[in-house]
Amino acid sequence: MEQQVATFKVKKGLAQMLKGGVIMDVVTPDHAKIAEDAGAVAVMALERVPADIRAHGGVARMSDPELIMQIMDAVSIPVMAKCRIGHFVEAQILESLGVDYLDESEVLTPADEAHHINKHNFKVPFVCGCRNLGEALRRIGEGAAMMRTKGEAGTGDVVEAVRHARTVLGDIKRLQNMPEEELMSFAKEISAPYDLVKETRDLGRLPVVNFAAGGIATPADAGLMMQLGVDGVFVGSGIFKSGDPAKRAQAIVRATTHYNDPAILAEVSRNLGDAMVGRQVTDIPEAELIATRGW
Amino acid sequence: MNIGVLSLQGDFIEHYQVLQALGVTPRMVRLPKDLEGLQGLILPGGESTTIGKLATAFDLMEPIRQFGKSHAIWGTCAGAILLSKDAERDQPLLNLMDITVARNAFGRQVDSFEVDLPASFLQDGLEMPFHAVFIRAPIIRSVTGEAEILLTLPDGQIIAAQQGNLLATSFHPELTDDYRFHQYFLELVRS
Repeated sequence: MEQQVATFKVKKGLAQMLKGGVIMDVVTPDHAKIAEDAGAVAVMALERVPADIRAHGGVARMSDPELIMQIMDAVSIPVMAKCRIGHFVEAQILESLGVDYLDESEVLTPADEAHHINKHNFKVPFVCGCRNLGEALRRIGEGAAMMRTKGEAGTGDVVEAVRHARTVLGDIKRLQNMPEEELMSFAKEISAPYDLVKETRDLGRLPVVNFAAGGIATPADAGLMMQLGVDGVFVGSGIFKSGDPAKRAQAIVRATTHYNDPAILAEVSRNLGDAMVGRQVTDIPEAELIATRGW
Repeated sequence: MNIGVLSLQGDFIEHYQVLQALGVTPRMVRLPKDLEGLQGLILPGGESTTIGKLATAFDLMEPIRQFGKSHAIWGTCAGAILLSKDAERDQPLLNLMDITVARNAFGRQVDSFEVDLPASFLQDGLEMPFHAVFIRAPIIRSVTGEAEILLTLPDGQIIAAQQGNLLATSFHPELTDDYRFHQYFLELVRS
């Protein structure tokens, strides 16, 4: 009757408990309480939301542990934090604080331009971003227990999240219609581990929970991503860069549950005040795009 | 048999899959009208604060409370918290079972665990222990009134309780391929 901790099952299991929910970016303990009161399933603790990271420029790093600990003390729901791609020491530090999930995130400035963190080495589970099936399965191969679309963080423009969700889900449909003898070539084509390609085909979905992220700003955006087939949504800048964060947060939570009911979506979308102003992805110079970070 | 699964947030699809494997077609419960004609209801794992707030917002708390007075309800993890009368903090609860729970009682996510537990009330439950998965799990701190202890960890901490038709487990049978707990609940619905 020995207890086993930090198994892949319990890492993946927490993400399963977050399904159908909204994970919100927060930069203060007060924000975290607003998010919890609005019905968030978890918060992402960070110093600056992606829209501000874009605006400030410079190198974006792991947040101050003091801030993260204050946020962990403020709420009873799971707390996530971000480390830089490949920065396994930031990950060690965040794990030691006891955060519930780590996001190896392209929103921060990458620390390694060739390698992601070996996430099997950690007790804390990881979520990573993806744009297509190959990228998702490489991250799962490295130990990620949850995926999300990359979208284009900090823009309030949902177009990239839609593109990435459609690409991942479309790749899976293609895989399911493939005769078994083509799987090895397909695994090679998308640079993904063969076993995970096969598992995905058998399951008809990613082997881990897959959320949408990057540009979601309204209840309708959340409904759109859920109807496309993701398991839940991250909202970064969309809440606390809007006119009435508490109200908008609650509306997005309700929309994520009732994503298939347009009458409820209409009801929760009423009188929310100003959405974040945002920035069209097509207006952003290529060098400033975040989603292309990660390998 | 008509079994509903509260499907506001959490791992309700995992419960659907087990029920389907047992030949039961589950019904999604998101609004009060979805409870009509059900014989049993499962409250899944998830975030209890989120599920409680959504159930309150969509007027489900009182209908579920009434349903539980004459029907079987089973709550796993977050669902067990919702069934309790006290979760040691201010959040919406159904107040149906005479149990108090402590949330996240084992610690944070890095302390989540799996363990094999003998369970005499399950079929072959002593020879074939039940594999229990605990994720940021609550503990049932006290069992009073008509509630009874169903299962404890070797150190005595209570992780499952029953009160007539009502069942609470702090772990997640829906995350395993072992369907015996779901079978136990379906028998409860039939009786």
